Amino acid sequence: MLKQVEGSAAVAEVVAFCRPEVVCAYPITPQTHIVEGVGALVKAGTLQNCEYINVESEFAALSVAIGASATGARTYTATASQGLLFMAEAVYNAAGLGLPIVMTIGNRAIGAPINIWNDHTDSMSMKDSGWIQLFAETNQEAVDLHIQAFRLAEELSCPVMVCIDGFILTHAYERIDVPTQEEVDAFLPPFEPVQVLDPAEPYSIGAMVGPEAFTEVRYLAHEKQLQALRLIPEIADVFKDVFGRETGGLVHPYHTEGADTVAVALGSVNGTIKDVIDQMREDGASVGSVSICSFRPFPLEALAAALAGAKRIVVIEKSLAPGLGGVVASNVRMALAEKPVPVHTVIAGLGGRPITMTSLREVFEVAGEGRLPDIQFLDLDHSAVEHEIVRARATRRSGPTAENVIRQLNPCRPAAKA
Amino acid sequence: MFQIRIHGRGGQGVVTAAELLSVAAFKEGRHAQAFPSFGSERMGAPVISFCRLDDHEIRLREPVQEPDALIIQDPTLLHSVNVFSGLKPNGYILINSRRSFDELGIADFVGTFPAHHVCDLGASELAMKHVGRPLPNAALLGGFAAISGELQLDSVVEAIMEKFPGPVGEANVAAAREAYREAERA
Repeated sequence: MLKQVEGSAAVAEVVAFCRPEVVCAYPITPQTHIVEGVGALVKAGTLQNCEYINVESEFAALSVAIGASATGARTYTATASQGLLFMAEAVYNAAGLGLPIVMTIGNRAIGAPINIWNDHTDSMSMKDSGWIQLFAETNQEAVDLHIQAFRLAEELSCPVMVCIDGFILTHAYERIDVPTQEEVDAFLPPFEPVQVLDPAEPYSIGAMVGPEAFTEVRYLAHEKQLQALRLIPEIADVFKDVFGRETGGLVHPYHTEGADTVAVALGSVNGTIKDVIDQMREDGASVGSVSICSFRPFPLEALAAALAGAKRIVVIEKSLAPGLGGVVASNVRMALAEKPVPVHTVIAGLGGRPITMTSLREVFEVAGEGRLPDIQFLDLDHSAVEHEIVRARATRRSGPTAENVIRQLNPCRPAAKA
Repeated sequence: MFQIRIHGRGGQGVVTAAELLSVAAFKEGRHAQAFPSFGSERMGAPVISFCRLDDHEIRLREPVQEPDALIIQDPTLLHSVNVFSGLKPNGYILINSRRSFDELGIADFVGTFPAHHVCDLGASELAMKHVGRPLPNAALLGGFAAISGELQLDSVVEAIMEKFPGPVGEANVAAAREAYREAERA
């Protein structure tokens, strides 16, 4: 049913339609509205047969989720930013144990400096944990991906993160076709676990594995991700048959045919990119874009096919690997190993910096003229950076960088009282 | 695409105002996207929200930088925040204040806009009269429907009643209706 609704509220509603049996909740901005929403549905009796557990931390949230999932319960949780870091050990354990937990990430920057706004650093920090990572471009896709995620996770017995841009999607009210319970039931079969901790038939999971078998167990985790490469498009096809919408899958190409310059990005910024592509094509520019929905597993072949023919790639990415540049760009380069073309990294939208059409258009135009450097920071205030570098060089005890930059940009800010 | 930026202070319902606009537009079969300025909202701190209206899917995710309309919930913001930043030359300005543009010190600026595009409305007073609390949202939304013509009063009323069913909604609707009449007259 079409609704004008907040992204988080729609996600909460659809998670409830997926009939989770255990939901572990610990609030952290910008994900909080989602677990609050699920909690309200449990309290109202809309979501039945669900144990809603308020835990004392994110580490506990995922640890309880691991325990619940190991008993064969369909299990859901959500987090963001520092919360994901705090549960890091459990994140690896959930994947290593092959437990099909679904977790929403309301993508947010990681401190220090502390920042509550959107970027992808949190999800990127766990990209190699063995979880599948799906990125939603719109709130409609966020809703749809959760339904697909449970099916994918349970079919493979592998945990799935659904990554939604914090605030930009989680807090946006827009038109969303929220499915019905009947539709979700028709698509998502009951959970048939591959392993269950059951007192009637006792066995243990989580064994210590020595050098003789560790590589094999790890290989099987890799192999599971490769299976997901095949399964993700299949599930998206079935989803389309049931719901009539094309969402999910590995990649979404947009006007890539014959395009010289192709932008690649994850998540909601693809909407803005598409508007820029339309605007530039009207003016005769040869541009297109690809939205990567499945970041883990990374769709090397699908991406290579979508980018075939491009003369240059501009990766717009909301995370920074200090000392390297862009994580997504490095992965994109792997996809193009056989037919290498320049892959530019544009670091954008860090800590909630708006990514505007004007700035994107300029970057794509400069790229088209062959003048874009390998790595660029979108809308970087060069003078602020230079000023701080010079200042820090001049004084040994130059003080904290973040505070210095803030003071320089907001000279009127009153000094903190001693 | 028609873009609205709402300025207010934490606690005045800035985010709810954008939400209600988007719901009203949705009820007219239009596409709408409402979102807050993503700050650490605190009571009394300046807060911004945005709403885009269009006849097809809205994909753009940047903040509204060149609004077609401004709704200013608190006139004290005029002197602390650049509320008029980027406003289009033919744009609309709706301010919650009983004071004239002259008294607010913005008569020269506002004078550059078409007279029927600008309106100062005693929305807090209307809220006190009908709702008993100085929450100017509903009245401002009624006023916005009147000056912009972008939304029907009926769909604004429907959006308010959906969000606040019962007597609270009805009181707000009364404020919205009176504001609509006042703004139409002005």
